[in-house]
Amino acid sequence: MTATSYDLLAASAFLTGLSEGHLRQLSYTASRCVFRAGSRVFAEGGHADRFWLINAGRIDLDTHVPGRGDVVVETLGPGAVLGWSWLFPPYRWHFGAFAPQTTFAVSLDASGVRRLCERDPALGYQLTSRFVQVVVERLQATRMRLLDLYKVPS
Amino acid sequence: MMPLPYRVTGRRQETSDTATLILEPVRQPMAAARPGQFSMVYAFGVGEVPISVSGPPDADLVVHTLRAVGAVTRALHDARVGQVLGLRGPYGTDWGLPVPVGSDLVIVGGGIGLAPLRPAVYHALDQRARYRRVAVLIGARTPDDLLFTKEYDDWRAGGVEVGVTVDRADTTWAGRVGVVPDLITGLEFAPESTVALVCGPEVMMRFTARALLRRGVPPAAVRVSLERNMHCGTALCGHCQLGPLLLCRDGPVVGYDRAQPLTGVKEL
Ligand SMILES: Cc1cc2nc3c(=O)[nH]c(=O)nc-3n(C[C@H](O)[C@H](O)[C@H](O)COP(=O)(O)OP(=O)(O)OC[C@H]3O[C@@H](n4cnc5c(N)ncnc54)[C@H](O)[C@@H]3O)c2cc1C
Repeated sequence: MTATSYDLLAASAFLTGLSEGHLRQLSYTASRCVFRAGSRVFAEGGHADRFWLINAGRIDLDTHVPGRGDVVVETLGPGAVLGWSWLFPPYRWHFGAFAPQTTFAVSLDASGVRRLCERDPALGYQLTSRFVQVVVERLQATRMRLLDLYKVPS
Repeated sequence: MMPLPYRVTGRRQETSDTATLILEPVRQPMAAARPGQFSMVYAFGVGEVPISVSGPPDADLVVHTLRAVGAVTRALHDARVGQVLGLRGPYGTDWGLPVPVGSDLVIVGGGIGLAPLRPAVYHALDQRARYRRVAVLIGARTPDDLLFTKEYDDWRAGGVEVGVTVDRADTTWAGRVGVVPDLITGLEFAPESTVALVCGPEVMMRFTARALLRRGVPPAAVRVSLERNMHCGTALCGHCQLGPLLLCRDGPVVGYDRAQPLTGVKEL
């Protein structure tokens, strides 16, 4: 049996603890999607109109560095959330996203989710706190890389 | 306490600053080291440093992988085949293998930290049927700094999941970019029956342990290797004291339940 958007949302670790009602509301904005290996998911600076929960595969966040090409800054794997630029104006992607391998995800429509959150602050709170957690984890990972831990000690 | 003479019978350059030495006893061998234990390795005329065993348990042959960071490790890194070094040991606590039948084994190594874990990977490959899932998660600064890359395919073929990530890479790298604790997010394992073995820079071990604890792995089941500076190796000089522990005797491998309050403690 094919899993519905609702099933996929209910199974996602990111949304664990959300009520059935909230999951159902979100599922109306959600659809399953597949990124073929080698396809671009979005380009840096583009309109951030959705976000994704990755189920399988891998997405590279990249940025174009003149003379060096598209440099990967971070890789997101199964269980990760792709995209938070949809949360705040000007709703533009800060980095690009690329699927180096076939990747399965659930896509959620940003304007639909924002409308749901405005109507239902409890859902807004639930989602925002989860996104803050993701942002904090990414910030900590970035700080860890800034420390350059594996460098030869001086 | 006297070092035993060992001859370098093999040497492999792993990365630009890291080499693996195969050492055979000139006369009397040390006892075979258990995975996670270390030797005190003496470069005659230069000095002596603790180095973990990176090969399978074997009394007739000791394998060490070392990174040149200072005078002694540089001298050892530069040792040539035929040269004689001094070894004492094996010392310290080990990874506590085997772990119970049916466990999931998660092995996490950052940088040179993969070297002390390689004997645990060999153990897991040798006794693969004993465990449910076995995963090796590897982090390094750049793709060129990754250790033992030629072995990853064999590990995979032996039923071990291998995840690799680097802090930074150019466009020729097709693998993941990010920190090693991120690899834990998508990993499938049963937290309550998982044992994790973690080795790398202390900050990396702390973040890895937190990621494992968040997934529900009990603190005592997360074993970390605290590789603070050591001197005598025999719990006499106190050089490696960390809180209530003398790491050469009570470590380097310690459960995170004991290590957690100590990892913020600065070098003595
Ligand atoms: C139990 C144990 C097992 C070890 N296993 C290995 C191994 O398998 N392979 C390997 O390459 N190294 C290993 N080390 C680290 C190794 O012992 C040190 O790199 C070595 O002592 C440095 O001596 P040196 O004279 O070359 O450099 P030094 O001049 O003494 O030090 C050079 C620089 O390295 C830093 N440094 C020294 N020791 C450490 C340490 N333990 N952790 C972090 N930074 C350090 C110093 O602060 C200094 O900045 C282990 C250490 C311990 C305690």
